[in-house]
Amino acid sequence: MNVLVCVKQVPDMESKFTVSSDGLWYDQSDLTYKINEYDEYAVEEAVRLKEKLGDVTITVLSIGPDRVKEAIRKALALGADKGAHIKDDEAHLKDPFQIATIIANYAKDKNFDIIFTGMQSEDRGSAQVGALVAEMLGMNCVTTIVDFEYADGKVNVKRELEGGIKAKVTAKLPVVLTCQLGLNTVRYPTLPNIMKAKRKELKEFDVSEFLNVDPKVITLKAFVPEKKKGGIVLEGAPDEIADKLINILKEKAII
Amino acid sequence: MKLLLVGEYKNGNIDDSFYELVAFAGKLGAEAVAFFVAPTDIKPEFNGKVYVADVEKAKEYNPKVHRDLILKVAEKENPDYIVLSHSSYGWDLAPRIAYKWDAGQISEIVDVDNDGFVVPFCNAKLRRLLKPNTGKAVLTLQSGAFAPAKEGSASVETIDVDVADEGLEFTGFEVVEKGGVDLTKAEIIVSAGRGVGKKENIEIVEKLAKVLGAELGASRPVVDAGWLPQERQVGTTGQTVAPKLYVACGISGAIQHLAGMKKSNFIVAINKDKDAPISEVADVFVVADLLEFVPVLTEKLSS
Ligand SMILES: Cc1cc2nc3c(=O)[nH]c(=O)nc-3n(C[C@H](O)[C@H](O)[C@H](O)COP(=O)(O)OP(=O)(O)OC[C@H]3O[C@@H](n4cnc5c(N)ncnc54)[C@H](O)[C@@H]3O)c2cc1C
Repeated sequence: MNVLVCVKQVPDMESKFTVSSDGLWYDQSDLTYKINEYDEYAVEEAVRLKEKLGDVTITVLSIGPDRVKEAIRKALALGADKGAHIKDDEAHLKDPFQIATIIANYAKDKNFDIIFTGMQSEDRGSAQVGALVAEMLGMNCVTTIVDFEYADGKVNVKRELEGGIKAKVTAKLPVVLTCQLGLNTVRYPTLPNIMKAKRKELKEFDVSEFLNVDPKVITLKAFVPEKKKGGIVLEGAPDEIADKLINILKEKAII
Repeated sequence: MKLLLVGEYKNGNIDDSFYELVAFAGKLGAEAVAFFVAPTDIKPEFNGKVYVADVEKAKEYNPKVHRDLILKVAEKENPDYIVLSHSSYGWDLAPRIAYKWDAGQISEIVDVDNDGFVVPFCNAKLRRLLKPNTGKAVLTLQSGAFAPAKEGSASVETIDVDVADEGLEFTGFEVVEKGGVDLTKAEIIVSAGRGVGKKENIEIVEKLAKVLGAELGASRPVVDAGWLPQERQVGTTGQTVAPKLYVACGISGAIQHLAGMKKSNFIVAINKDKDAPISEVADVFVVADLLEFVPVLTEKLSS
């Protein structure tokens, strides 16, 4: 079986974000990057499938500047077989339609049976790319999966809805699956596997090879929102702020 | 300007999120028509035309079937925008419509500006202002961002369900089992987030809950990691609560968590990141390491 996993590298959301000098994105310097959380589940699920079936080749794809090679290497250390880095220093300025086009053009003649992506990225959160890739390639698609099983040429998945409800869906291959938080428990890469990953194939492509469309959405600006509500902020020694907090709760007759 | 609003029919009702789409149309000053897959006798409180595809025939949600039905209505009505909620239904369906309709999509709109649409960015720490580069566009709206507008009565027109899909098959629902915890009845909830760091530290938050006579709640990662059971999860995919007091310990305040607790009467957040978006809803924001602060607070409350 031939599997593709799409991963995006994103900054840690606990970082301090400022708007970049062109006014269109966040300032990318001084940030620590990691694999988008949703995509980690995608990698893990593909690796589990390989462990179960044996005859599975997993390709990991990432679009972005050179630093995204780290994300690919991590996925390789987790058990993927080979990497495809689509180099694009301006990837952050592409819209989801363009990103999906790049992936679909890369994938179109490679006969992937399953494409795993995250259900969204932590920074943009548009939740569009997976479903768009499926449309472009004429593949089936189930989004937001929290459970996955492969049997008899089909996949049985659970798609998460609101309020603790899941829909059980069976999909024929080829299929695009977008992964939701908690789909599995992601392993830690072991040192031998990190070493092995360094020797695995990691091909670089230039984005111009795959991008042949204009954006369908334009970013006018990125900005810092106004603080909505001025609650009381307590800072200082734990002992003092605990007293202050208790006083407030007593004054408001909450405790 | 004309909008096609795609409403959701859930658990035997028109979901209230539909009226948020109506409010959005109002805010744009646009004419609107609507579409539902629902029983053909629904009566949305909406002044306009509503196309209904019979849910008896369309059955449970299938994205291609819904997509093609919506495109059929779009062909008839020629709207500028097709608008959905940014829900599990909306984000699943919107990109598929956008692609076939040859239009751009803007996801999770929270506000409208003269030039474009405002969306959250980086866990709502920033925002982006976006504009479609195509004449028409598919838009999804963040749940709760536009106050529902309910008014009038619709004229309903039934449309044929003449599309099918062999690729996906719906085989049933699964509902979280509840083991006796009912967060929605709790007067006080103390919730643990990923900031607790590890399973052993849940105890620290649990002790605080105990002295306050509170129920213990959780954010999703805490449940996903198996530190607390799913019945304690607060948020869109867990419980929606509105206690007298909600204490969030080590929770950043992602929109999906906020949606489940922001109507609480009084909110205390304990977080070491001063910019964490939970500060937007917190009445008191304690900037502290919870591992240090919570035990001190618990100690003081118990004496
Ligand atoms: C479709 C969908 C549905 C979802 N449904 C839900 C849902 O129902 N409920 C839900 O909660 N989430 C839900 N999520 C996930 C949500 O987007 C967030 O990922 C999640 O809420 C984050 O949980 P958290 O705040 O505990 O963790 P994080 O976002 O990782 O935040 C941890 C916080 O702890 C702080 N912290 C770290 N260490 C300490 C310390 N020692 N002391 C004090 N503070 C500390 C950090 O500053 C940070 O703000 C959903 C996501 C999607 C896409």
